[in-house]
Amino acid sequence: MSDSKDKNELNRRQFLGNMLKTACGVGLVGLGLGAYSKRASTMPANYIRPPGALPEEDFLGACIRCGLCVRDCPYDILFLGEVGDEVATGTPYFIARTGPCEMCEEIPCVVACPTNALDHDLKDIEESRMGLAVLIDQETCIAFHGLRCEVCFNVCPIRNRAITLDMQHNPRSGKHALFIPVVHSDACTGCGLCERACILEEAAIKVFPMHLAKGQLGSHYRLGWKEKEKAGEALVTPDTEHRYNLPDGVRYDLQGEGLIIDGEAEETPFSSNPLDTLNSGFMDK
Amino acid sequence: MVDMTTLGDDAIAAKGWLKSHKYLILRRISQLGILALFLTGPWFGLWIVKGNLASSLTLDVLPLTDPYVLLQASLSGVVPETAAIIGVAIVLVFYFLVGGRVYCSWVCPVNMVTDLAAWLRRKLGIRSNSQFSRSTRYWMLALTLILPLLVTGGIIWELVNPVSMMFRGIVFGMGAAWVMVLGIFLFDLIVAKDGWCGHICPVGAFYNLVGSKSLLRVNALERQACNDCMECYVVCPEPQVIKPALKGEKQGATPVILSSDCTNCGRCIDICAKDVFSYGGRHAKKNDGLKREGEISQGAQA
Repeated sequence: MSDSKDKNELNRRQFLGNMLKTACGVGLVGLGLGAYSKRASTMPANYIRPPGALPEEDFLGACIRCGLCVRDCPYDILFLGEVGDEVATGTPYFIARTGPCEMCEEIPCVVACPTNALDHDLKDIEESRMGLAVLIDQETCIAFHGLRCEVCFNVCPIRNRAITLDMQHNPRSGKHALFIPVVHSDACTGCGLCERACILEEAAIKVFPMHLAKGQLGSHYRLGWKEKEKAGEALVTPDTEHRYNLPDGVRYDLQGEGLIIDGEAEETPFSSNPLDTLNSGFMDK
Repeated sequence: MVDMTTLGDDAIAAKGWLKSHKYLILRRISQLGILALFLTGPWFGLWIVKGNLASSLTLDVLPLTDPYVLLQASLSGVVPETAAIIGVAIVLVFYFLVGGRVYCSWVCPVNMVTDLAAWLRRKLGIRSNSQFSRSTRYWMLALTLILPLLVTGGIIWELVNPVSMMFRGIVFGMGAAWVMVLGIFLFDLIVAKDGWCGHICPVGAFYNLVGSKSLLRVNALERQACNDCMECYVVCPEPQVIKPALKGEKQGATPVILSSDCTNCGRCIDICAKDVFSYGGRHAKKNDGLKREGEISQGAQA
């Protein structure tokens, strides 16, 4: 009787002991997995998620690594991260320099996604924000050398909105213009067509994930002119007309070329006809 | 003790090689065939099934989604698309009917690796076995379902899951996934018998629960014919499931193997020279009359 009780006692003890061992072991595995997941959720800057991808943390929770987006991409630009790649195993990405998103109108990759990791609310590919193109190297971009390149501007599918050309004075030659490509984040989808097209050995314009590409203004910042526009009037000091301390009958107007003396014709030693000035010497003789 | 050198010889003598390997061959055809369906697209441009075991689309109409993976995603806050929900429903119904761990023995590619390890163990006479509980897999399952709730960025198990890694590796590109596969092989070969599939794998544990009341079961209806050769215990990846059905006659236990640990692999059916085991329903009963009639009509045909 007492024997069997002892045996039961022993069994219970064994059972609890084993269970504790298993629980501890599995708990350790859990800690390891948690730590590993932190490391595994980093991604190289040139790996871009497909259109409609949720913010990275949500994406990693939503993507079930099925590869249906990869299969339905008609241009075969998408890859699944393999074990050992620097991207969460089995998640899709593309590399703009070698295979940018061709911006299909029907967005088949998003349609294929079974879990909304690629957001099905994205209906217009021009609304997608896969990343943001950044003209990251002005020292090598040949537009800054005064050469007419504009390839990135020309291949951009959001023509003249995502990339515009900003004409600037060329200080080197003193008489030419620089046609500087400027990316606008309100229109750029991050497709990467510009990065692939960049004619340099290493692209001067590159697509980066949004969090790497964008700065963020401190939330306390207020831009005076915008606030003024919103409010309809200046919020700080009331606008007063600027007055110059000038004698009567004289005023200052920059666009009217400076000091203007009302009511008086300009006095000048020169004739209004430039030929008179040129010929003046001869006339005297 | 079962003599490993003559393992299976009785069955071959009684039934012939083909019949004593029937379900093993069918399982390999099933496992490789499923892989082939996914591979005709990338290899030959003939698209039958797209995706992988996590979620797939067959012939552009039939969606199938792994309920375990989708559950992990849902726990990290995802609202799946309708196709995925339909896909999960189909998969759940299927495994509820045929037995959850049919996934393990008829679908999962890792099974081929662990079967190879188990076969080598027998051939090489490796007896090392580390003692840890078969219930570890349920702890693992719980862990993989809790992690998405605790850690942002969700489906953490899928970062390391060797099952999805191996299948996806074959279909999409292996990378270093073969290291995981090799790891499991060596673990099963050297550290523990049926170590991965029988003790640790939370995928199997999940499907185990899905099929816990499944209709298709292996039974030992002819258990009186058992000659105690013990070979079924040797080849079975979950040998603890056999005894209640095979030896439970005195206790009045059902001859149906009810434990959902059973993978319905059918190795016991193959290896038994006395044809004790067969597939049947959950409530299969021995019906001597019918059985004998069947035998007679078979005999008549022969």
